[in-house]
Amino acid sequence: MNITLKVWRQKNSQSQGNLMEYKLNDISPDMSFLEMFDVLNEDLQKRGEEPVAFDHDCREGICGMCSMFINGRPHGPQGYTTTCQLHMRVFNDGDTIYVEPWRARAFPVLKDLVVDRSSFDRIVQAGGYISVNTGSARDANEIPIPKEVQEESMDAAACIACGACVAACKNASAMLFVAAQVSKFAVLPQGQPERQLRAERMVAQMDAEGFGACSFTGACSVECPKSISLDHIARLNREYLGAKLTSNNV
Amino acid sequence: MVDLIEEKEAGVKLDSKIPEGPLAEKWARHKFSLKLVNPANKRKYEVIVVGTGLAGASAAASLAELGYSVKAFCFHDSPRRAHSIAAQGGINAAKNYQNDGDSVFRLFYDTIKGGDYRAREGNVYRLAEVSVNIIDQCVAQGVPFAREYGGLLANRSFGGAQVSRTFYARGQTGQQLLLGAYSALSRQVANGKVKLFPRTEMLDLVMEGGKARGIITRNLITGKIESHSAHAVLLCTGGYGNVFYLSTNAMGSNTTAIWRAHKKGALFGNPCFTQIHPTCIPVKGKYQSKLTLMSESLRNDGRVWVPKTKELAERVRKGELKANDIKEEDRDYFLERRYPSFGNLVPRDVASRNAKYVCDEGRGVAPTGLAVYLDFADAIKRDGRKVIEAKYGNLFEMYEKIVDDNPYETPMKIYPAVHYTMGGLWVDYNLMTTIPGLYALGEANFSDHGANRLGASALMQGLADGYFVIPYTIGDYLATIGPSDKISTDHPAFRAAEQEVKDTINRMLSIKGEKTAEEIHRQLGHIMWEYCGMARNEEGLRKAKKMIQELREEFWSNLRLNGSDQELNPALEQASRVADFIELGELMVDDALHRNESCGGHFREEFATEDGEARRDDANYTYVAAWEYRGPNQPEKLHKEDLAFENVKLTQRSYK
Repeated sequence: MNITLKVWRQKNSQSQGNLMEYKLNDISPDMSFLEMFDVLNEDLQKRGEEPVAFDHDCREGICGMCSMFINGRPHGPQGYTTTCQLHMRVFNDGDTIYVEPWRARAFPVLKDLVVDRSSFDRIVQAGGYISVNTGSARDANEIPIPKEVQEESMDAAACIACGACVAACKNASAMLFVAAQVSKFAVLPQGQPERQLRAERMVAQMDAEGFGACSFTGACSVECPKSISLDHIARLNREYLGAKLTSNNV
Repeated sequence: MVDLIEEKEAGVKLDSKIPEGPLAEKWARHKFSLKLVNPANKRKYEVIVVGTGLAGASAAASLAELGYSVKAFCFHDSPRRAHSIAAQGGINAAKNYQNDGDSVFRLFYDTIKGGDYRAREGNVYRLAEVSVNIIDQCVAQGVPFAREYGGLLANRSFGGAQVSRTFYARGQTGQQLLLGAYSALSRQVANGKVKLFPRTEMLDLVMEGGKARGIITRNLITGKIESHSAHAVLLCTGGYGNVFYLSTNAMGSNTTAIWRAHKKGALFGNPCFTQIHPTCIPVKGKYQSKLTLMSESLRNDGRVWVPKTKELAERVRKGELKANDIKEEDRDYFLERRYPSFGNLVPRDVASRNAKYVCDEGRGVAPTGLAVYLDFADAIKRDGRKVIEAKYGNLFEMYEKIVDDNPYETPMKIYPAVHYTMGGLWVDYNLMTTIPGLYALGEANFSDHGANRLGASALMQGLADGYFVIPYTIGDYLATIGPSDKISTDHPAFRAAEQEVKDTINRMLSIKGEKTAEEIHRQLGHIMWEYCGMARNEEGLRKAKKMIQELREEFWSNLRLNGSDQELNPALEQASRVADFIELGELMVDDALHRNESCGGHFREEFATEDGEARRDDANYTYVAAWEYRGPNQPEKLHKEDLAFENVKLTQRSYK
């Protein structure tokens, strides 16, 4: 396959960026999208130019590191797929492909396609945990959990924190991410003691980070590579509202 | 019993510090004999934790909970991205919830035997002992392990065991366990007990007065070289499988932290013990950047086979025949045939080697000739597609995305790939390396898996080390040295180490040669796989050593590296890691060459039984090979820690 790439290049967070055009020939349809970028970067280095910086690590769709906005969609045209699992066979010979970083105020661009997602970590630090010190747990089978509850928790816990939901949202809202973190604990018996505090603190931190408001368009869930359901946003709203109405927390 | 081996001419002592007493009492006795740090004093101690995978995140969180001041470092943008996250199948624990005859002793026994009798009894028993606490801890954190309809925890079986003791969360067990540890870590960050340094890579260990005093790091965004001092340093940086270039490791997984510590004096244990995982998606093209694992749990229901004859296989490779066209009587279910009692669930090294044999015979099924089938047709017929989908749905999906083939209808094609490294920094029972104050946890150490790791044991070991071992053992060292035994980052030792790091980076940037680090890495990987991979022999290893030395020359004279060190420069990061992989590669070859036996993942063709199984030499090689770095271009010095087996009898491993 021969393809034309239009890639966002930006030296650092202070500088302006722009789209640069690169042509690649003899791309195998069996290559992953990131392997295609490896080929581009090898070419660039051979020509004495700087390779394109992009985040990636596990290349099996689970670490959540890869984050390209491809032809106007986070992680590209294939549903339920991270960029590293996207293969060139979904494109056609002669295609022009636009590749940009995630765009959100809370995800500043660091260089080229690399953005800073530490806001997600700070949201988790605000309350995305169950407070249990090492060594103080009781026997695991003393807490029976109905299979469907465990499955519901697992559905939410499957979030890989890639940020595609934010990139997909016209408001750059992080509601789906926060909902997944709140929801996975809210349904579990272990999550009950801190249930209200967790929802309040995580939402407050989300707002402080500069993410936009949720207008429930559902784009986040459609673009989520792990198909996190909008139901979790509904649960987050319920958790948050319930907490605000009944808790004594500030 | 205390093993104390002193090399006559050298100063390094290998004291494993295995406590005396009966096996089942060693850990309890040891815990009691360890010194404690007064609760009010704990905050005065600073501990550096490098790496935030299962071992690192669990250690950092647990130490912070105790009151120590922790600094945690990772090269990722978030601690949650460490490669532990990609572990699929599960985590072992001797809970015996299934009433199928499991016990701490059985888990210990299976692990020792699975490791082909090249691990310490004391360490492995402790691992089995604390395995049950890990499950409790993780459930308390909210890890959504699979459950039965009654609400109790579910288990599945894994290779090398005849009981069901593996706990799992769909095909994402590593992810869920890591998120548990990450949440505990995040809580301590919020409490101000852990200071987090993401996108920061450790580039050297700082030594002074014979002790580990801190580390030198590079901020990957700004390029700034920084010093961090502490009372103790924990390396939890994972394995070095990427020395083979193609592996199931993440692209960033590297050996730099442990290798640089090795060059500062930490002995390296059993570097040649690498695990080749039998069920990975086969290599397709030369552009390939990594290999993808298909969980070992698939061997619970999948049957491994190749065509009985070369002729049939040849027709499959040419595309004239499909797997489903081959009649039942023309198929060779070679694992079931050779190992009737374990069948498809033999340990990883055995399964891998047998896949290699049938492919060497010309019966491989991919166009490259390097693949065997993993077939679910019988399981689907027996249990229905729904059941199989519930168990393995996400794995099947992943396979289809990568290969463009539907495993519900046509068998998967799989081939072994490098997956895990049993070798690592030598540590004693306290997880301390030969450098006082320097610890290694998880895959970064050599300690618990011997010459072969059983499935679902890596997660167990990472969390055992971080949650339940280091919180006890580190206090013994810290209480001994006292809170004032720490140097400031203004100390000349830090200044010198910083300068050394900067010089190395500048040297790489100034070469301005022709070959990229990627090309050199690929070459190294080819040498390692060809001569130090699934099967090794003396001639090949000697050849490999020479080739690696030449490659090192080429790296330092012909490297092409653009950009500057004052910015985000992924090519520079890669080059710096490849430089270390090259040196480690040579040590692996030396280690493989010196070990004139076959054991576990180390298979020397000269040392095989008549039917192709690994032939150990217990009389001469029942020891840990611990290598000492003695300067550039100097051969490393071998130290031996003899392994004593008092509770198990060494036998030829049999899975027939």
